[in-house]
Amino acid sequence: MSTLAHVFEAHGIATVALGSIRKQIERAAPPRGLWCDFPLGRPLGKPGDPAFQHRVLEHAFRLLQAEGPVLEEFEEAVTDGAELLTCPLPPRSNADLHPAIDEVRGLRPAYERAVQQFGNHAATGRVVDADGVEDALLSLILVADRTPWKEAGIPGIPARVAQDIRGYYEMAALGLSDHIPAAWSGTRWFFDSTEGGKLLLEARSAMREAGEKQPIWFYMAPGDR
Amino acid sequence: MADRQVKEMAEDVEAPVFETVAFTTPPKLSEANVAIVTSASLHHADQDDFAPNDTGFRVLDGKRRDYQTGHWSPNFDSIGFASDINTIIPLDRLDELASQGTIGKVSESHLSYAGNQFDLTAIRMDSGPAGATLLKKQGVDVVILTPV
Repeated sequence: MSTLAHVFEAHGIATVALGSIRKQIERAAPPRGLWCDFPLGRPLGKPGDPAFQHRVLEHAFRLLQAEGPVLEEFEEAVTDGAELLTCPLPPRSNADLHPAIDEVRGLRPAYERAVQQFGNHAATGRVVDADGVEDALLSLILVADRTPWKEAGIPGIPARVAQDIRGYYEMAALGLSDHIPAAWSGTRWFFDSTEGGKLLLEARSAMREAGEKQPIWFYMAPGDR
Repeated sequence: MADRQVKEMAEDVEAPVFETVAFTTPPKLSEANVAIVTSASLHHADQDDFAPNDTGFRVLDGKRRDYQTGHWSPNFDSIGFASDINTIIPLDRLDELASQGTIGKVSESHLSYAGNQFDLTAIRMDSGPAGATLLKKQGVDVVILTPV
């Protein structure tokens, strides 16, 4: 972001760069920078809160009055908090199915409800659309059972497939929740509480243990997993 | 999943050093044409998704709202943007500021790049200048840059 700020200023466009990681924005030193201690993925701080977003923009625009390079800190921090999202998962409806497959079918109405309300901004469908999530999970079941990933029928680059599955579940979480969840709580819910999330981590571990190249499996889940 | 942990993993990533800092003085905000440039890999559904290590950019139509995220990093919260696009690309807020007269106008086009790049040479030398030239031709005076 800061690199683009330098480039755009050199082309005669005034910029204000928002940054969520303090050391990064200090080191990259954009001409005008506003460090906002907000969760990654939420550079305007609070989804669904226009007044808060306006306060961030108001501070950013104030920096345009500076007569030289400037880096300031937004006055209010937003943390990811410790919200434990408790979306009601669908009960098992078919004991003959793998739990993740049964689960993903049961979540479909919540997913559709969220897409209708919010749109598909999470972009499930880049390689796996909602109809394809079930087959993608079937391929991960094979990987978790030690089938080499290239032979398991994974329908794309594993990281992208994993993102699409995560996006499906997080949209379902939006459909099940009565509020916009705190940052990362949807991700925690997916990996810690759902059969699909657990399966994805099992497949990722199996790939790591099989000696697959690190970039192939690592980006299937956040780096602290 | 702790945001602090993920930030700590990313905070020591090298950044290009600019020996001279360009600094442009904008017109009055109430007369300025404002655009958003984001590194969140946003694109319209009918545009190409971002490839891994994609150093190009996508031109976003400011009248549309069907933005999707094409970022390859799993290391950010995505449910915020999924529920409210203004969390990353605050165009509804800019439209409100324009209607109040706080800013002159909202640009018709906005740009999206892919962040999380380890080699920024191509963006610095090629796609960055190309994006700046495009916005400059459209009369953009001020850019707000948002990360993911």
